[in-house]
Amino acid sequence: MLAQSVKIEDESDILTSRRMVREIAIKIGFGIVDQTKLATATSELARNIYRYADNGVVYIEQIVRPPGIKVIFQDNGPGIDDPEEAMKEGFSTTPGSLGLGLSGAKRLVDDMTIESEAGKGTKIEIFKYLP
Amino acid sequence: MDRIPILKLKNCLLISIQTDLHDLIITALQEDILTEIARTGARGVLIDISALDIVDSFMARTLRDCSVMATLLGAKVIITGIQPAVAITLVDLGLDLSGITTACDIDSGFDMLESMPGVFNSGRIVRRY
Repeated sequence: MLAQSVKIEDESDILTSRRMVREIAIKIGFGIVDQTKLATATSELARNIYRYADNGVVYIEQIVRPPGIKVIFQDNGPGIDDPEEAMKEGFSTTPGSLGLGLSGAKRLVDDMTIESEAGKGTKIEIFKYLP
Repeated sequence: MDRIPILKLKNCLLISIQTDLHDLIITALQEDILTEIARTGARGVLIDISALDIVDSFMARTLRDCSVMATLLGAKVIITGIQPAVAITLVDLGLDLSGITTACDIDSGFDMLESMPGVFNSGRIVRRY
């Protein structure tokens, strides 16, 4: 079973995490469009960790039932007050941002879950299944 | 910090992004392009991103902002070589990319620049008899 983890501590770790996700997605058998979507979603969510939580970890796992990939983004940052609100398009706490981080990432994958509590960090899981 | 080279050809700036860039380099590139437009009076800017297999919202937003800012300085930006999978992903991501001009490859990008006054010629209309 393929599994990897990447610590997010500086900007270059965002690049490392999306490259790693693409590598594993290729090995699992995803096509070029799904690889690109997964790598892009990872880039958005890893950047969120770096920006808002300062540091965290990205875990990448192959899943079997149904076959696909799961990527977990975990941090001990400030957390999200209202995860449902944050998933809405256009939501952002950063001026000038398009607010596409969470809602955009969600549209690139098959499933996305957020567990978060203000002050206790955030855990986001994304899933993409083989077609 | 690494910087992306900016080449000047006639009244045009050429930038080829060959590697995956992190946010600081992307932001620096935007500044460098605007500085070079102001310094050289370039009227056209061609940015080739055919080597990029991922363009996330930050990169896309910076490219779009750069196009708008260049317009304010009197230059036209053309982005060339967006890969099909990248185009599909950008649309799914929900980005509003109106305001950027694109061309399939560098060749067609140059054709577009050539047809604009002041990029490869003086901007005057030359009549041939």
